[in-house]
Amino acid sequence: MKQHFTRGLLHGIPIALGYLSVSFGFGILAVRAGLAVWQATLISAACVTSAGQVAGVGLLAAGGGLAELALVQLTINLRYALMSLSLSQKTAESFSLPKRLLASFGITDEIFAVCAAEPVPLTFSYMAGVILVSVAGWLAGTALGAAAGEILPERISAALGIVLYGMFIAIVIPAARRRRGVLFAALSAAAIHLLLRFLVSSLSGGFSVILATLAASSASALLFPTEGKKEDA
Amino acid sequence: MNFYLALFVMAGVTYLIRMLPFAFFRKKIESRFIRSFLDYVPYAVLAAMTVPAVFSSAGGTIPSAFGAAAALVLAWFDLPLIVVATAAALAAYLAGFFF
Repeated sequence: MKQHFTRGLLHGIPIALGYLSVSFGFGILAVRAGLAVWQATLISAACVTSAGQVAGVGLLAAGGGLAELALVQLTINLRYALMSLSLSQKTAESFSLPKRLLASFGITDEIFAVCAAEPVPLTFSYMAGVILVSVAGWLAGTALGAAAGEILPERISAALGIVLYGMFIAIVIPAARRRRGVLFAALSAAAIHLLLRFLVSSLSGGFSVILATLAASSASALLFPTEGKKEDA
Repeated sequence: MNFYLALFVMAGVTYLIRMLPFAFFRKKIESRFIRSFLDYVPYAVLAAMTVPAVFSSAGGTIPSAFGAAAALVLAWFDLPLIVVATAAALAAYLAGFFF
């Protein structure tokens, strides 16, 4: 058990380093949207999801409703359901229900990736190790970014507002280059969202993201069905 | 919107999405459409969240556009996330002096 935990901690280190910078970007955005450092950090601690948190903070700032907030989280974070489903198939016998309830809190894209790559059945100790280190990085980055957003001169903090979007671009573009389905999904989502924003101005930001995502992903799934072996979301 | 209520909703929905399949589901998804759909969702979400928000993310539209262009080019050449993101901010920062 001890070895599993240590192995998990080690596997969490690169994730934590990556998270530091992503959550730094989130911290900056949150403060610019009017939240305090502790609020940004609390959101990171409770959610552990980059895109969902960004959308949530945006809705908070724009004054959206709770139902919209819930729907936005559901759509943006729906991919976790697939990852959780996939991981649930490779858990060790010792992975009891209470442990599942705890560990599922930390299933993110990156944690899913290392867990899916484990050659042995997943233990709670291993997942706990990965999650502890990764979430520590996530929280530290958020607090640092939020604090920086409050301290840095306006010109610099404004420029840093683009950091998180830069990361989104860095995630989408390489995948879109390699897979036509991803390219189509990304381009059509961007185009549909743009159209909705300009043509249907009564539609709020959260709902237009949902509509664009559902339409683009469905169209891409019909036109470019995946082979169905890997769930590398 | 009350902050704590919003926090509770965000965290609750996100947790349930992760917890229910991990704790209670045991079957594989067979539908090819649903698997493909779920596979494309993250990219579609990120693209929709980025466009058009990125163009007002770094102050003015023009500096933001410079930042976005820098990110696109570097991402195309597969540079690491942190490099792409930093370069976007740097490009926007520098462009901010001119536009």
